[in-house]
Amino acid sequence: MKSEHKNAIVADKIATVILYCIAGFFLLLLAGFTAYIIVKGIMAYQPGIFSFERTGIGVELFNTVYLVLISLIISVPIGVGAGIYMAEYAKAGKVTNYLRICIETLSSLPSIVIGLFGYLVFIYMTGSKYNLFAGALAVSILSLPLLTTVTEDAIRAVPSIYKEGSLAVGATHWQTIVQICLPVAMPRIITGIILAAGRGFGEAAALLYTAGMSSNVNPNIWNPFDPMSLLCPFRPGDTLALHIWALKTESMTPNADQIADFSAAVLLVLIFAFSLGSRILGARLDRKMSGK
Amino acid sequence: MIYLIEKFKKEYLGRSIVTVLGIVIILVTLSITGFLFYKGLGTFVTYNHSVWEFLFSSEWKPADNFDGGGKVGAAIFIVGSLLISFLALLIATPFSIASAVFMTEISPKLGKKLLQPAIGIFVGIPSVVYGWVGLTVLVPAIAHVFNLPYGFSVLAGGIVLALMIFPTITSVSVDAIENVDNGYKEASYALGTTRWQYIYKVMLPSATSGILTGVILGLARAFGEALAVAMVIGKMLTFPDNILSATNNMTAEIASDMGNSAQGGEFNDALWSMALLLLIISFIFILIMRIIAKKGEEVK
Amino acid sequence: MKKIFALFMAVVLVGITMTACSTNTKSSTSSTTSEVTGSLTAAGSSALAPLVQVAADNFQQLNPKASVNVSAGGSGTGLTQVANKSIDIGNSDVTAESKLTADQAATLKDHQICAIGVAAVVNSDVTVTNLSKQQLSDIFTGKITNWNQVGGADEAITLISRPESSGTRALFKQYALDNAIESSNTALSSDDSGTLETNIASTKGSIGYLAFSYLVGKYDVKKMSIDGVAPTLENVYNGSYPVWGTEHMYTNGEATGVTKAFLDYMGTDTFQTQMENLGYNVISKMTTAAGKH
Repeated sequence: MKSEHKNAIVADKIATVILYCIAGFFLLLLAGFTAYIIVKGIMAYQPGIFSFERTGIGVELFNTVYLVLISLIISVPIGVGAGIYMAEYAKAGKVTNYLRICIETLSSLPSIVIGLFGYLVFIYMTGSKYNLFAGALAVSILSLPLLTTVTEDAIRAVPSIYKEGSLAVGATHWQTIVQICLPVAMPRIITGIILAAGRGFGEAAALLYTAGMSSNVNPNIWNPFDPMSLLCPFRPGDTLALHIWALKTESMTPNADQIADFSAAVLLVLIFAFSLGSRILGARLDRKMSGK
Repeated sequence: MIYLIEKFKKEYLGRSIVTVLGIVIILVTLSITGFLFYKGLGTFVTYNHSVWEFLFSSEWKPADNFDGGGKVGAAIFIVGSLLISFLALLIATPFSIASAVFMTEISPKLGKKLLQPAIGIFVGIPSVVYGWVGLTVLVPAIAHVFNLPYGFSVLAGGIVLALMIFPTITSVSVDAIENVDNGYKEASYALGTTRWQYIYKVMLPSATSGILTGVILGLARAFGEALAVAMVIGKMLTFPDNILSATNNMTAEIASDMGNSAQGGEFNDALWSMALLLLIISFIFILIMRIIAKKGEEVK
Repeated sequence: MKKIFALFMAVVLVGITMTACSTNTKSSTSSTTSEVTGSLTAAGSSALAPLVQVAADNFQQLNPKASVNVSAGGSGTGLTQVANKSIDIGNSDVTAESKLTADQAATLKDHQICAIGVAAVVNSDVTVTNLSKQQLSDIFTGKITNWNQVGGADEAITLISRPESSGTRALFKQYALDNAIESSNTALSSDDSGTLETNIASTKGSIGYLAFSYLVGKYDVKKMSIDGVAPTLENVYNGSYPVWGTEHMYTNGEATGVTKAFLDYMGTDTFQTQMENLGYNVISKMTTAAGKH
């Protein structure tokens, strides 16, 4: 009996050490990868790189943020709503089960396929030209399965005692979902949103056929109805990820590599800020909603 | 009447909105699936190739025009895709779960403050950056370590993919583990179990379904990733002898030739068939994983 | 309730923006005056995209009210989309007839402005500087596997090719290998010129091929002469270097308005000089000895 306990303690120690090692290795890998990109980026810095001219990446930076925002405005309500529906209202059964798997499967399509689908539906069928909005829609298709699945999972995981308590005091099913389930599931949903936004930040192939590969804007036009204005979502525009792809693969500009390296570093910082920001926002929201 | 309005505001409005949204996503899913079937069946219907040829022949020479008459054996790509995706899953899953456990149970402070936001970055890095770092750092390293003429290999593809799906599996697993009822932990410790016993016997089993969602999302991403893999596997049209030899996979082939071939031609149709096959394969695997998970839960 | 109202307003706003923007884009050209306004999109061949981008930048400097958007995406995409009228100019490495149906191709009008040469390139450790066409096809079909068989050092040859559908590959196969069937199960492949260049530069004993335009000002790979003729613009003009092809810029029907102005600009003398500096051949300078490709 005693030796068994001793064994358990030894196993505990060994497991802890192993987990520390794995986490440490991962941390080092993460740090190394990040440092590699950041250092290369800093070394590639040249004055005027943030300008809105062709040689700068100002427009691309703006487009990236803009496109991700639009796509989140589209995909978050749909994804979260659909997740709630799947978790709470959809009748359990074979059909729903298969549909769920279909939705999960959707995220395994290569983004070029979504890009060409997006071209057909959002550009060809609507008779429009390449535009940021179509790009945002294509990215939304890519991130919707993830958002839906994560939301559904998060809501299902809310302990049933919470729900029963709420229903017992006379709240409707919907009120229970909004007031009890959503706040409890919020941190996981935020994780889903961050992962979904990541798809938007990093996407290239889906945008190549929907948003186009170049931007022609005049930063002095502030009227969002003018197609030359930065703010118009219905103009062609390239994002940082697509810009990096173009520079790395087909560009003949002599300093293409430097601009690409610098853009990658900028994108990294941007995503980190976004990820951190949404976690802080999520925590705030959590505190407010739970009334602490 | 007032009761009805009240009830409408409190229940039916919200319920209808999410139902509509649920239907929207189902429609999107169905229309993309339908679109893929429509495009993907062209190889077999318009150009009269047999499914058998497509799946089991390794002769790939489709004609890039509307006359057809090429060869559309995609076996090499299928094997390549399966091999690389599973290698990636094999590498990434243990690391991801271990990191998730570390972040939640062993050192939550470090995990919450530093690791979790940091992982978010990895999802958003464009594939081309992964591919480029793989091409300029990993591929030469493999060539050097194993003393090969070049390092383009299944192994390189697996490692790059593992790195790419790692954040997805980890983030989703972390959330699943955090959701495990705290009562379990207290009960376990009260019974005198060690931390490891608790993690291994109580926590992981109760978080299984959440972790599985992470693994599935990771697998789906692995199946679909194209650019980064294309840069490091060498894209050689041959079956790999071992994990150090170069080969090709479905997504890389789709990505490299879809834009260049004319839509509706035999080549283009064959690529759409590949996309359809990719969807079917990944559907089957997710189905199998779900069934296994269900069995596991029932046993518990 | 407030939230629903806000949501409603957002939808309305987006709707207005959509209509406003799209009407604005359609406001096309004033052909009578010298000032060119309006927007156009060109997409397709990735080999041609960098050149068209340079032309677009210059063109917009001259015509501040015109907007030219350039995209890659592949020759097949360019042809299909211009046939669909989604874009105004479809760039392609090959003729429309070879990829599209006869009906689709009949609606398109070809504008031939430049030609592109393709050179065999090797890693800088390869000592061989000249190969005959026969040797070249033996290498790419896998009959010759070591550089010492063609007068070089004892070093295995690594083939690096481009995807099946690549325009550069089609040119190289037709004019350098005389349509010999390349051995694909021993050749590595790179999706794009940038990756191929990196791979050649980092893989010892490797051989591949790149368009001239990617070789301007680059010294990390070595160019190979074919049958003693160096891959230069002059040799393409005088017909002695055979591996080149015409680039096609297709419009759906006759080019009008801003599209016509842009294509006209690409044909001007000032731009043609720039074109040569970027490594492209000017179609109008081709001698009869070079023939038609």
